[in-house]
Amino acid sequence: MKGLKRNIDKIKPHFEKGGKLSKLHSVFDGFYTFLFTPNETSRSGVHIHDGNDSKRTMITVVIALLPCCLFGMWNIGLQHFMATGNPDREFFTLFFYGFFAVLPQILTAYIVGLVIEFIVAQMRGHEIQEGFLVSGILIPMICPVDTPCWMLAIAVAFAVIFAKEVFGGTGHNFLNVALVTRAFLFFSYPSKMSGDNVFVKLGGTPAVDSYSGATPLGQLASSTEGAVTITDVIGNPLSCSDIFFGLYPGSWGETSTLCILIGAAILLLTGIANWRIILSALVGGFCMAAVAHNWASPLYPVSYLAPLTQLSLGGFLFAIVFMATDPVTACRTNPGKYIYGFLIGMTAIIIRIYNTGYPEGAMLSVLLMNCFAPLIDYCVVNMNIRRRMRRITVKNQ
Amino acid sequence: MNFKKTFLPLFNPLSKDNPVIVQVLGICSALAVTAKMEPALVMTISVTAVLALANVIISLMRNTIPSSIRIIVQLVVVAALVVVVDQVLKAWNYEISKALSVFIGLIITNCIIMGRLEAFALNNRPWPAFLDGIGNGIGYGIILVIVSFFRELFGSGTLFGCQVFPQWWYDAGYQNNGMMILPPMALIVTACIIWAHRSFNKDLQE
Repeated sequence: MKGLKRNIDKIKPHFEKGGKLSKLHSVFDGFYTFLFTPNETSRSGVHIHDGNDSKRTMITVVIALLPCCLFGMWNIGLQHFMATGNPDREFFTLFFYGFFAVLPQILTAYIVGLVIEFIVAQMRGHEIQEGFLVSGILIPMICPVDTPCWMLAIAVAFAVIFAKEVFGGTGHNFLNVALVTRAFLFFSYPSKMSGDNVFVKLGGTPAVDSYSGATPLGQLASSTEGAVTITDVIGNPLSCSDIFFGLYPGSWGETSTLCILIGAAILLLTGIANWRIILSALVGGFCMAAVAHNWASPLYPVSYLAPLTQLSLGGFLFAIVFMATDPVTACRTNPGKYIYGFLIGMTAIIIRIYNTGYPEGAMLSVLLMNCFAPLIDYCVVNMNIRRRMRRITVKNQ
Repeated sequence: MNFKKTFLPLFNPLSKDNPVIVQVLGICSALAVTAKMEPALVMTISVTAVLALANVIISLMRNTIPSSIRIIVQLVVVAALVVVVDQVLKAWNYEISKALSVFIGLIITNCIIMGRLEAFALNNRPWPAFLDGIGNGIGYGIILVIVSFFRELFGSGTLFGCQVFPQWWYDAGYQNNGMMILPPMALIVTACIIWAHRSFNKDLQE
């Protein structure tokens, strides 16, 4: 490590102002601060509460994502070997099958996104921001495992350019970049993003006879006769613990409730995610699910799910823990956060239950509320101003 | 003779004063008819014809129309012309007129037409008004054709209905982009054109 530092310090003057490579200053700076703690301190003012910069924030989110990520890889292997008829493989066979299945997607997402970020930073003369560290791992986790890499590359390029860079880069986007990527894929290539054939990687091997690759919510949405039992890929009914641990097909990051809760705990303890949003989204989702469950109808088969099962299936929890809490796109004011979270939870369940065209509504609901977040903030701030104005006028009379 | 000044109404709307990307008029129909190139082209011709003729007629009547009812008069003229265009299309190209369905009728509400009548035809002589109508129609058409080129190419893999992408692309796993067919993509393609246009024309940047 010391040798590396010595070598890097040796080439540093080339990248400073006036050096022959000064145009690439931001690239150098990006790598430098990625490898070493920046040793610059602020020279004026005492406004800093903590040395927590956006790099450390992003890394913490990545760490919080790790349980979901590792479990997801193992689960891909498990679903694959269950579907092809030999589920009794050892742990590492399952894990590495999943690892090598998603590695190309993770690399694609990172390379495309970071190359665009680097180019834009060079063009504008900005420093390289770290925003894509989290998006790059989130994007493959919320897509089906069989998404082709070229689709992912197009979607990532679209999302990074049109949802982020045109608005001014990291910290200026009003929509969540990972969800824009997924929405682009969802509307552009629906046959690769939903249905029965994309969530379990078969890898060319023929499946067992009773195989069905539909996600639990997909099974319910396409069922016609009232309440159905949800099954795993080979037709056995799923128990509550299976649902809690996430042993069913789905976008690979989102299935395990347990791992998402671990991630949520990390984010809440480090103070990176806001508990108000998570809590109110859970309350909103639970209320809506309870209301729908109470008046369940065979027209909308998903409404037969018990509220708690409803919340732990599909991408709901993942979306509210890792995406609704994105500090850039969420509401800034505290009362606003309650409203924002509650509406996300509610609309996610409404879309999921009452729009049978979309088996999962978490993506659409977070994007929708991203658009409304500035309006909610505006109303909250104006209410506060009006309340205080009234207090002044009452006192003066 | 100052040729340039005479033909200014014709050439200005092509780029510097383009109705869609600079005046931001007629966006609605630019979203609606650009999924395929053929309807976009027919729409361009229809709008150009209506706009040029309406401009001339209003320009001829400009001194006799009372200001208080001018909008109604303009509407009557435009509506009459649109009905003519609609009937011509139905007679000669029924398939396209079905594809354009209600949008031919909605040429009446196309902001470009009312905008040009109000801004130009009401205080100019018939010949410049005619040129202005043709120019704005073509300026509108250029954008429509560019947008529909990208939308049809990437959304359906065809141009004017002919297959462009070879079959082996599809066999190798290529898929048409379904979002290109949906209206949001028309907005994004139009925005990209505005982006490129403004970066070449620095004086238009706000």
